[in-house]
Amino acid sequence: MILPSADAIALAPHRVAAMVLRYLYLLRSSWTRLLELIYWPAVQLFVWGFLQFYLSQNSGFFARASGVFIAAVLMWDILFRGQLGFSVSFLEEMWSRNLSNVMITPLRPMEFVVALMIMSLIRLAIGVIPVTLLAIAFFGFNLYALGLALVAFFINLILTSWAVGIVVAGVLLRNGMGAESLAWTLMFVLMPLTCVYYPVSVLPHWLQLIAWALPPTYVFEGMRALMMEHAFRADLMAEAFALNAAYIGVSALVFLALLNSARRVGSLLQTGE
Amino acid sequence: MRSEPAIAVDQLVKIYNATRAVDGISFALEPGSITGLLGGNGAGKTTTLAMLLGLVTPTSGSIKVLGAAMPRERYRVLHKMNFESPYVDLPHRLSVRENLKVFGRLYAVPDLADRIVSLAEQLDLTELLDRPVGKLSAGQKTRVALAKALINSPQVLLLDEPTASLDPDTADWVRGRLEQFRKEHDATVLLASHNMAEVERLCERVIIMKRGQIEDDDAPARLLIRYGRDTLEQVFLDVARGRAPAREAAQ
Repeated sequence: MILPSADAIALAPHRVAAMVLRYLYLLRSSWTRLLELIYWPAVQLFVWGFLQFYLSQNSGFFARASGVFIAAVLMWDILFRGQLGFSVSFLEEMWSRNLSNVMITPLRPMEFVVALMIMSLIRLAIGVIPVTLLAIAFFGFNLYALGLALVAFFINLILTSWAVGIVVAGVLLRNGMGAESLAWTLMFVLMPLTCVYYPVSVLPHWLQLIAWALPPTYVFEGMRALMMEHAFRADLMAEAFALNAAYIGVSALVFLALLNSARRVGSLLQTGE
Repeated sequence: MRSEPAIAVDQLVKIYNATRAVDGISFALEPGSITGLLGGNGAGKTTTLAMLLGLVTPTSGSIKVLGAAMPRERYRVLHKMNFESPYVDLPHRLSVRENLKVFGRLYAVPDLADRIVSLAEQLDLTELLDRPVGKLSAGQKTRVALAKALINSPQVLLLDEPTASLDPDTADWVRGRLEQFRKEHDATVLLASHNMAEVERLCERVIIMKRGQIEDDDAPARLLIRYGRDTLEQVFLDVARGRAPAREAAQ
């Protein structure tokens, strides 16, 4: 097994801050980028919010499960937008043909990754916090009422989003813009498997095995347990956290391996298709 | 006593699939020297620069930059190096000042605000500091890219066709600034170029590459004598078309 060098995993806060500053300048310069962050989460909220409203008027089960769909939408957004925030910030370097400039600075790979993680949190805050307020205003659903459970859900979802984002960034480094569509679509492979809107028990047995290998499945199951049975499943959160720790470690190794491969094949020079 | 070379390349090879982009080149550059790397398209100039910068891993051979083995020890020296190429952009939506701030922080430049003001004065960018890079002309963008390349006062500066697509006046101005920087900082400069007049004016040594190999390596004046030519362009054409130096032909 190839272990990363100490240089690759070193962290200097000033270089991380420099990269965060670069992305903040970019966000500040473009109101369309800011609007884009809020637009889709808001559309999703209204579609699923009104559907939930309709179903709860016509079914006792959905009346009892008030807010489950909206909570699922908001948590899916944390997962999806977290990864997108990470990947889009990385893509900005490729879109602006600036990647070679960045890669010849003393910036270490893990400093770059940490800066992208911070940007993922910032973009998520800009996109999702206003939508959670809309959920209160339009559907009377207060995500923050989940309290400490929300913190556990959030940490697990964001860790998964970063693990996926790190692998996507590595593939982009190695394969160039031809792999861009992965950044937008990879997370949707997880949507049916992580059981965002339905319990794991509805899946065929063999698919359940795959579902339980994915940390977000534990979060969505935990969310339903909390909202429908008023029980916080700490066991599910612990299992999700253990899986996430493993996935983050593996994704970092995959990223470094893909970066080394990019250096071997010369793809850091040619970041086009 | 001779000082250690700023750049030492030994038997460097880079193979992409079956193509030998760089094929066993060796050279050493003295600290404070300015050297031209000449060659046609596909000669291996850009791949050589990329390997010096640690962007591309060599297939075999060794590179030392300021005593650090590249790419393994790249983080020992990257803060003392920089690079400029018209084929690598700076983020267009960021202003000139914002770009320089970001790169200045990445290189941990002390007194960064003062450094940006001073560079802007030297490169005639003061009026442009708060303009987005994407709104600048090609000549202005080149000056900004040069400011980025000089932000950390590099000891080793690598340039890939720094005056490509510039009008003669702007190109001449850029060359003047490069000469000034080299003199003031005693920096080692390696310049890949197609522009023979540029190489003749700036470089005290010329390395001519063809199909990944070094075809010739000498001072411009000695190359002219050896090939019996009046200009480096004629020498370049002799090398590109496989004509032997005049002295060798006479022998």
